[in-house]
Amino acid sequence: MLTYIARRFLYSIVVLVAASFLTFTFVSVSSDPLAPLYTTPNVSRESIDLIAEKKNLNDPIVKQYWYWVQDATTNKFGTTLLTNQPILPDLWRVMKNTLQLIVAAELIAIVLAVGIGVLSALRQYSFFDYSATTFSFLGLATPVFWLGLMAQVLIVQVYNWTGHRVFPIANLNSVDPGGGVSFWVDRAHHLVVPVMVLMVASIATYSRFMRASMLEVVNSDYVRTARAKGLPERRVTMKHAFRNALIPVVTVVALNFGGLLGGAIVTETVFSLDGMGLYFLNALGTGDPFPVMAWLMITATTIIAFNLVADILYGVLDPRVRYD
Amino acid sequence: MTDTKHVPAGDERAQDAETRDLGAESVGRPASAGDRPGAMATIEEPLSIAEPDLSLAYESGVELRARSQWAYARIRFFRHRLALGSLLVIIVAGFVAIFADRVAPYGYDEIPLDNLLNSINRGPTLDGWHLFGTDQLGRDYLSRVIFGIRTSLWVALFVASLSTVFGTAVGAIAGYYGGVVDNLLMRFTDLILTLPGLAVLLTAAAFFGSGDPFKVGLILAFLFWTGIARIVRGVFLSLREKEYVEAAKAAGASDARIIVRHMLPNTVGPIVVNATLVVASAILVEAALSFLGFGIQPPNPALGSLISAGQSEGFRLWWLVTFPGLVIVVVALAINFVGDGLRDALDPTQRRVRA
Amino acid sequence: MPESILSIRDLTVEFDTEDGIVHAVTGVSYDLQAGEVLGIIGESGSGKSVSVMSVLGLIPQPPGKVVSGEAVFKGRDLLKLSKRELRAIRGGDMAMIFQDPMTSLNPVLTVGDQISEAVKTHNPGTRDEAARDRTIQLLDLVGVPNPEQRIDQYPHEFSGGMRQRGMIAMAIANQPSVLIADEPTTALDVTIQAQIIEVLKTAQEKTHAAIILITHDLGLIAELADRVVVMYAGRVVEMGDVFTIFNNPRHPYTLGLMNSLAKLEGDQEWLQPIPGQPPSLVTPPPGCAFHPRCLLSQGRTRCRAEVPPLREVEGAHLSACHFAEELASERAPLGAGVA
Repeated sequence: MLTYIARRFLYSIVVLVAASFLTFTFVSVSSDPLAPLYTTPNVSRESIDLIAEKKNLNDPIVKQYWYWVQDATTNKFGTTLLTNQPILPDLWRVMKNTLQLIVAAELIAIVLAVGIGVLSALRQYSFFDYSATTFSFLGLATPVFWLGLMAQVLIVQVYNWTGHRVFPIANLNSVDPGGGVSFWVDRAHHLVVPVMVLMVASIATYSRFMRASMLEVVNSDYVRTARAKGLPERRVTMKHAFRNALIPVVTVVALNFGGLLGGAIVTETVFSLDGMGLYFLNALGTGDPFPVMAWLMITATTIIAFNLVADILYGVLDPRVRYD
Repeated sequence: MTDTKHVPAGDERAQDAETRDLGAESVGRPASAGDRPGAMATIEEPLSIAEPDLSLAYESGVELRARSQWAYARIRFFRHRLALGSLLVIIVAGFVAIFADRVAPYGYDEIPLDNLLNSINRGPTLDGWHLFGTDQLGRDYLSRVIFGIRTSLWVALFVASLSTVFGTAVGAIAGYYGGVVDNLLMRFTDLILTLPGLAVLLTAAAFFGSGDPFKVGLILAFLFWTGIARIVRGVFLSLREKEYVEAAKAAGASDARIIVRHMLPNTVGPIVVNATLVVASAILVEAALSFLGFGIQPPNPALGSLISAGQSEGFRLWWLVTFPGLVIVVVALAINFVGDGLRDALDPTQRRVRA
Repeated sequence: MPESILSIRDLTVEFDTEDGIVHAVTGVSYDLQAGEVLGIIGESGSGKSVSVMSVLGLIPQPPGKVVSGEAVFKGRDLLKLSKRELRAIRGGDMAMIFQDPMTSLNPVLTVGDQISEAVKTHNPGTRDEAARDRTIQLLDLVGVPNPEQRIDQYPHEFSGGMRQRGMIAMAIANQPSVLIADEPTTALDVTIQAQIIEVLKTAQEKTHAAIILITHDLGLIAELADRVVVMYAGRVVEMGDVFTIFNNPRHPYTLGLMNSLAKLEGDQEWLQPIPGQPPSLVTPPPGCAFHPRCLLSQGRTRCRAEVPPLREVEGAHLSACHFAEELASERAPLGAGVA
């Protein structure tokens, strides 16, 4: 198993390097990152050339890439092109915020989706099953950003009618959140709506998988065997069906991390949350390749880590899996 | 085939042959005794009373079995009421998109003169047929949404066709030949899956440029083709081992002929289903890109950028945000239902979601 | 006549599917006598498994439904028991062995875990070590080598034959008086089949259980069964002791089954399949369900109009054919003894 993980790990690094090279080339070739400076009034031609020189922008791409790799590994992804700010501290800050959003949404989504999926499967074609199916079809057809906007519309309308603001609809905190506990209460209050918006798609996806997986297992021969043994139905479901049904869902959840980040980008934009999504969009807006590269590398590493975790978990849950 | 009145009694073998020719494996009654030497030698009952038409009538399987695979698929699809209703929704949406100029009560950017005076920022009203209201310039919002549907559907169809054609070609070659192409495809897929899809699209749009529907479509297709390629590859890998493919090979058929004549027709089901689902995802992703400002931009009409513009008005003008989004949901939902119906129709091994 | 331990009467089971109501079992009656091996034989879809599974509440409900009938086991009608009472019998006094040992064991639990679960379920309060000892003992009984090690292995570490031994161990864990073996050898290699038959014989010797052997393998029936029930399209078409059924079948379907059997000796040059397809159970043919394929019917009106009742043709030999008597003389010219 260790050799398997080591091999997967090495392969992941190769993929990561290839991905970084391709994105770097694409980003460098497709536009001139200094373009915005040409039109900025009080920046002289000389200072622009100085920046280009300092950041090696005139070298061949392969060389530039090599400089970037050095910068990224030894110098924490270096500094931004235009403002010369160190990249990593900002990235850390937004990552922490995004993590709060994603973890909260995912935890609730997984618990709810597993419950919904299992119940749907056990009561196939019941009213509950139909409602859950309808919900997930709707959830998968609704753009996340529109869902967020509709939540905001609703909250504003409620405010107009009652004069009462149920939840904040923007930002991570109030202007003056206070310290300690009250800071976190304020933060949680601000995150309620974004979390609910973000988790809809996850619930829709996972509950479909859980239902399908559970249905397959419930109709399997070994569950019939368990029943033929005279086990109580509860035990048949929990011990023999549930665990087996969970196995494929674990992979789905772990591999959905990329999709989740996409949802976070959109959600943060709608709710003006100071997270990775807004950071990324701002970086893209300035056309600065370095923060964009740093962002992409960090997320790629995380996604690869999740893939590895999925593989290992799969092996833990399913004794049939052999790592060789 | 059941009309046997003119067939003389005793001419049963001809009748059996006839039913067999129609594809019915299960003949309603045993073939005449002469077919199986020895077995019936001692049966006394005369053979002449046979009434093949009657016996065929209740062998319900006989007629069904003669139907083609496509006829079956059609029957299953049309039994899927939800898919059928959704198909209607899509047809209406398509009609509206194609004839947007005629259907929309106003032009996309048209500002009716008297609206400037008294119909700015109006909520939905029957007055002047502003069913979706008007925006801050007094433009009819229904018309803007209709033109937005046109762009969104066009982009989605473009993405689906481009990625399906390209993905099928690559997947077929990878699955049939294996080797380098297969390896390249799988490695490239690994590469793409390493990054969040939306981030890849945003980066591509930011650095490659966006704004007009054609470019946005190209960028989306770049992401979507791998999915279809992998599905086709999988089917081809399993088809490669099938006897009829081996037989065709043994008969000296060229690779191109085997791929096009023997294997692709058996891959049509998954391809069609996936292409349908790509249309739905493309609509959703394009809307998100446009909303974020990296997709289709004004002056091109698009549902996502309409919503974005509506958002900047605050939420007092709720209809500006609500209606374009509602349209996206309805269309995406309908396409997903149709895709679901198609999956059930084309892939009978999957259990049907009863609806 | 020995007392019957399980007595099924007029059992009718239906499945409500999208294609219509499937009449899986219609008016089936048979008795199982203590200690005997009763073979139930028929094509797939003939209702042979459903007739037994439904009695134990093991068919999915819905879509399955026991419409009518009774199944008296040791004086109690199983179909009237509460779920809890039925559970106490299932895997306890009445246990099952399934067809495919590759899929019938839970892949994520050890074989020992699954067997001792059967012990613990029906003997509440059994301590873990006691259950483990009992499991090792059972594995040893069914001929699993090194049971002390094997007990902690997962099903995928067992071969097909070993898994089936594990299934048998699980079934006999609680000394059942009825053992239901549903195609116990079908999924196995021929050489393994013989071993499993031996294990079944051993199991019966140790437990004195009566066995219901559901199969389409006539060889297995000949090897193990005392009496045979032949089913077709959800009905019993012939019933009798194994020698009578093999030597003197009185239903054209049974005759067809015998003739379709590959034989090593004899003058037969090719297999004689039964013509046609198994009937639809949604719209079964009117009258005798077998008549479209029947060599005896040949368009006789009675076969199409009347459902033939199961009647005595000779002592305890029952047949559901209007013209069963015509087969009596028939047998001789076909010759080539089957049994």
